Amino acid sequence: MTFQFNEETFRGDYTYFNSPAAVQRFPFPFDQDSYMYSVNIERHPGGPKGSPFEFAFDVDEHYVSEMKDREITLAEDPMRCQSLPHMELAGWDLLELIMVSKARDYPDLFTLTRDGNQWHWINKPLGIDKKFTFLDPTTLPCGPMEYITRQAQGDFALLHEREGNLWLDAGMITSQADWSLDFDVGMNFFEWHAPVPKARKMGVFDKALKFLLAVDQEQSYRRLNWTMTVNPRLDTSPENYHKWGPEKRTITPENVGAKQFLRVELQTFWRLPRSNALAFPIRCYLCSLQDLATVPKWGRRLHRVLRDIDPDLADYKGFAVNQETIVSYLSQFDDGAPTSAGIFPD
Amino acid sequence: MNKLTLEVTETQQLSPLVKRFRFEHPDGSALPLFSGGAHITVEMPEGELIRRNSYSLVSDPYDGSGYEIAVRREDTGRGGSRYMHEKVSEGDLITVSAPKNLFQLDLRAKKHILIAGGIGITPFLSQLRQLDLAQAPFELHYAARSRKEAAGLAMLPEAAHIHIHISEEGKRMDLGEILDGQPLGTHVYTCGPDGLIKAVADQAARLNWPTSSVHSEAFTAPPPGEPFEVTIASTGQKVRVKADQSLLEALEAAGIEIDYSCRGGACGRCETSVTSCEGRILHHDHWLSDDERAEQTKIMPCMSRFKGTRLELDL
Amino acid sequence: MSMTEFSPSIESRPTYAPLTSHGAAPAIMVADAAGAAALADLAASDSSVMDKAHVVLVAPTAEGPSQIQSLRPLAVHVTPDLDAAGPMLKQLLGTARMGTQLFLAGSEGLMGHMSALATAEGLPLDAIQMEHRGTIARRMQCVHCKGITDNVTTDPFTCSHCGLTLFVRDHFSRRLGAFQGVCVDAETPGVVPDSVEIRP
Repeated sequence: MTFQFNEETFRGDYTYFNSPAAVQRFPFPFDQDSYMYSVNIERHPGGPKGSPFEFAFDVDEHYVSEMKDREITLAEDPMRCQSLPHMELAGWDLLELIMVSKARDYPDLFTLTRDGNQWHWINKPLGIDKKFTFLDPTTLPCGPMEYITRQAQGDFALLHEREGNLWLDAGMITSQADWSLDFDVGMNFFEWHAPVPKARKMGVFDKALKFLLAVDQEQSYRRLNWTMTVNPRLDTSPENYHKWGPEKRTITPENVGAKQFLRVELQTFWRLPRSNALAFPIRCYLCSLQDLATVPKWGRRLHRVLRDIDPDLADYKGFAVNQETIVSYLSQFDDGAPTSAGIFPD
Repeated sequence: MNKLTLEVTETQQLSPLVKRFRFEHPDGSALPLFSGGAHITVEMPEGELIRRNSYSLVSDPYDGSGYEIAVRREDTGRGGSRYMHEKVSEGDLITVSAPKNLFQLDLRAKKHILIAGGIGITPFLSQLRQLDLAQAPFELHYAARSRKEAAGLAMLPEAAHIHIHISEEGKRMDLGEILDGQPLGTHVYTCGPDGLIKAVADQAARLNWPTSSVHSEAFTAPPPGEPFEVTIASTGQKVRVKADQSLLEALEAAGIEIDYSCRGGACGRCETSVTSCEGRILHHDHWLSDDERAEQTKIMPCMSRFKGTRLELDL
Repeated sequence: MSMTEFSPSIESRPTYAPLTSHGAAPAIMVADAAGAAALADLAASDSSVMDKAHVVLVAPTAEGPSQIQSLRPLAVHVTPDLDAAGPMLKQLLGTARMGTQLFLAGSEGLMGHMSALATAEGLPLDAIQMEHRGTIARRMQCVHCKGITDNVTTDPFTCSHCGLTLFVRDHFSRRLGAFQGVCVDAETPGVVPDSVEIRP
């Protein structure tokens, strides 16, 4: 790994930034000039070298700062991490998946030595050196899911399969797009997604559930989802909505390029071995409009997508109040030229 | 479908009809672990035919050194289990799928009751180990006709909460006694003949158990039958299904890819729409509802067959 | 008064149906003053439903207990409010066996609260029947401070714990037995729409 970890914040003075290399590898979510819900699923991991799709769990220049931000959020509100009692085994499965993947994919940063159930984990970026007994929670400072997700970027949901449905029975959710784990924990797939407009009527969630139930071991998948966030804020929780909500109204034609961020979720799906639960990591990437526009294809396409989007979706994704300013800003990058297919820069 | 090529490292005759097989990775690497109740799909190539049957894993789910299955020889079947018994021996290479689970324990349960009839003991053998490790309260009831036929005896540990019911010895299983008065939050799991599964479900219903607490797994190998022909709607292609072949296997042999998982009529993955049916679909699955069967607009190719003049599939 | 007709809503919002008898199965019934009528209707449809029933009445009317008593349940337990009914239900569930049916009747607050408690004790959801009667007041969780405000009848309303003005969502958590309340003026502090009566 040749990158350096950024010193940056996701709240207060918002010093978050993307290096030019990070902009180039940003997971731009639109593969055409318009957007409607779709299931858009492909196998994971796997993708161009250096892209966020290459490895099971992408580690990038924001890793250390994101973990610090999670620590702040959890200190204020420990309920952002919850695991119903029957989900502990799934937590161990997740811990194993992440440790094994990271040690394999980033040997310079992480090492894992296993002797039966005696495990030794070294996380260099976070300065962690821990020996523990696998499947014995008394040898960790907290539950296995919490332990490993304090060391892994993105939110994590663990879904329990029963009665032909998936139940959101555990999670570490500190960078969510406006849903509350504390409220939603214990819900089934349809209940949890109930507030999403239109999708149920379109049958999107029936198809998605059918797909998820069919995810097998050794066969994982990904999809991209997106929304818009004012300021590079990870904690856009409903819990703190009254604190970050006013920032949404600070967008002006002058500051929109720097303050308005495209927020992309790289969602992956894994069938866990011992628990047969599904792991649903939701990794969040943020990029300002002005940085995105440095890639000409993305500037053009984002303008067209946000200009033509269904008004209900603009509302649901929370940027309807700023849509006009955003679209008018982006129009300067759209010369009407055709764009190439796919999400990657030309 | 993720496949593993493994070596047969052990075979053991457990009873006159049941044989145990152990598979290991040829280079000794660890196999994916699994959860109690999981199965693998085993490929059995014979000439141009590839049969695929699913078998429950009977080994320790947390032990990646090998997979074990126990196969009951079905002489009236379409040949899969006979192949396993007669053609597969130690040292052979065999292709299997990664483990899948359609019969998992509900880990919220305050207590688990496992009821097995005959070869239906197999999924419980891995569940037992998972329950032991989780130190979850459970009881297991295993019913067999005779001690000689009860292949499970060789694989079951002796323990106070494991009950053996041998009908030849006059120890029949009393489902009422087993299910009555169980604590709130108990789940019951049945695997065995359809009659047993139905009896447990009926008894649970009589005692007002909610259906979400009653689980069963009934998948069996596809039955043989008379040959028949299907038509592929999109291409007009005709596919002939032999007597000892399932419709799914015949479609695969004809190069038509269909999603599948259990190959035993339980998971619903291969459900296919029927665009035209002149005749009668012989439904052998546990997936479609009675209404869906009667409509004859859907078929589960892994299990079901057809008798009539024309069956056109939406493929 | 009969069962309330609610307008169609989202998937997470509970739906209610008239209680139906499972015969003389062991049963626990919890009802408020309005819900007691639903128990009476249930017993009228099949009197054996009361044979093994423990009835918990929450703040009943003066005649409530004797009216229920006349249906000949196994026992009637009277509690002054929901807070007292909780431990009573827990105790009854503690000795209950598989096959026990839970019947809840009355306000959404009662049904939400009691079903959350029962599922936490291991009772499967499909062993619970609920029939709405009486007030359409809601039990609300403030997503910000997590405090519960009972008997909410207006939208928006004021959180009784943190004082934020919250709008009433239809999103419902079975685990909490409550609807979600979210700050209505988060983006524009002080700009609060007029309060209106909530509708069924």
